[in-house]
Amino acid sequence: MTTTINLTLKVWRQKSHAVKGGLETYPSRHIPTDMSFLEMLDVVNEQLTLNGKDPIAFDHDCREGICGMCGAVVNGRPHGPEKGTTLCQLHMRHFSDGDTIVIEPWRSRAFPVIKDLATDRSALDQIIQAGGYVSVNTGSVPEANTIMISQETAELAMDAAACIGCGACAAACPNGSSMLFTGAKVSQLALLPQGKPEAATRAAEMVRTMDACGFGNCTNEAECEAECPKEISITHIARLNREFIKTGFLS
Amino acid sequence: MQSKKMRWTASMFWSSIGKKLLMALTGFCLCGFLITHLFGNLLLYSGKETFNAYSERLNSLGLISRFIELGLLFFAVIHVIIGAILFFQNLKARPVQYIVNKRAGGRTIGSATMPYTGFLLLTFVIFHLINFHFTDKTYATIYQIVSSTFTKPGYVTIYIAAIFITAIHIRHGFWSAFQTIGANHPKYMPVIRVISILFSIILGIGFGSIPIYMSLTG
Ligand code: HEM
Ligand code: FES
Repeated sequence: MTTTINLTLKVWRQKSHAVKGGLETYPSRHIPTDMSFLEMLDVVNEQLTLNGKDPIAFDHDCREGICGMCGAVVNGRPHGPEKGTTLCQLHMRHFSDGDTIVIEPWRSRAFPVIKDLATDRSALDQIIQAGGYVSVNTGSVPEANTIMISQETAELAMDAAACIGCGACAAACPNGSSMLFTGAKVSQLALLPQGKPEAATRAAEMVRTMDACGFGNCTNEAECEAECPKEISITHIARLNREFIKTGFLS
Repeated sequence: MQSKKMRWTASMFWSSIGKKLLMALTGFCLCGFLITHLFGNLLLYSGKETFNAYSERLNSLGLISRFIELGLLFFAVIHVIIGAILFFQNLKARPVQYIVNKRAGGRTIGSATMPYTGFLLLTFVIFHLINFHFTDKTYATIYQIVSSTFTKPGYVTIYIAAIFITAIHIRHGFWSAFQTIGANHPKYMPVIRVISILFSIILGIGFGSIPIYMSLTG
């Protein structure tokens, strides 16, 4: 037996970055609790379309928690109330019949609203372009395990690499800082020998770009760590700080 | 070449992490000052003579103590100016506020109020210096000035409130400064976080008990 619930949505509607937006109220009825949050929005959008109204714009792609495209602030929590869950993986069973749900886009100067819940997160791409890469020779694939890496280091690098670049850290941060993103991207490369050639300037260049994009300054509030759908630790921010000291002042 | 290096370093200080590092380093120095200041003030408990002798000794250091005072003033000015810049930049980083705000468990009372407790601290430090530092000491010993100040309930209240605010600022500031300089290791961080709480409790009780004791004993 599937249970269904009835909800009231208050959704941020905004035609484009240039015009003012505001909350609109929509009923969301007979929602099976096995649905994901995005599927629930699909149902609402179908009804809106049938009524001749503009459907709610929101970003999504894989819908299995790995691409980083989805994300909205649900009742004040980026990606909703569940720990370590993307919005697409959030199920309606975590809500109760009669709930009112307020849905807002990521709020950051660096993430202008494109439409409704969709924001322009290309600032994160700019940070990557500034240094979040390694140089690899083309040609045949190198022999596996030619460079030995301890299990522990590999695991740590993998923890950082779990970042899907959704931007929830900046959305959750009271200062609108994307330090957890930048920390994860610097960390995954700083931990591995493959990241060493560019290490001399990487942290400084990525931080400089992050600042220029309009993100705020980290004050170690740790809200990002609590909201990150991949539960990335702020120890990676500390590693970024160490890398920054090395590249900025000691090189 | 040299000037290019200098410009690079200067631009690093102006970056978000650079400013945070300045906050952390000056914050650590101010914490160091608070510890020595606490030890000095606790001498009030061993009576008039000991405390006055301690004060004499500090003053007889002459240049050294002037030098340390200037150093502290310098650190405090940097801490306050950068703190204010960070506060205003961070306000600008989110031009449209959320309609619903909810914490996920990272934020503490200390971390959420840093700029406000900091600003209150600044006004208190100025008030405090006027009380005890820039005051006429020709006709009274420092002990007399302190004990007569704390016969007034208003002063006792202000001092206790200010010390409470300091403790809240340090409760976040101390561990946060370790995180900023990159000293976050899964093994040591839990210890640093506990020390941060203990440190602020010790500061609170240590400094906070003095006005109460002085007002009771006169
Ligand atoms: C006895 C005086 C003070 C001590 C011992 C102290 C100590 C500290 C420490 C250790 C930090 C943490 C730095 C970090 O997170 O890296 C900090 C942060 C801060 N302080 Fe103070 N502080 C004092 C006075 C003040 C004053 C007078 C202000 C006035 C505006 C202030 C404003 C701030 C602000 C806004 C922060 C947060 C900055 C950030 O986290 O980015 N503090 N303080
Ligand atoms: S849609 Fe890909 S992570 Fe949610």
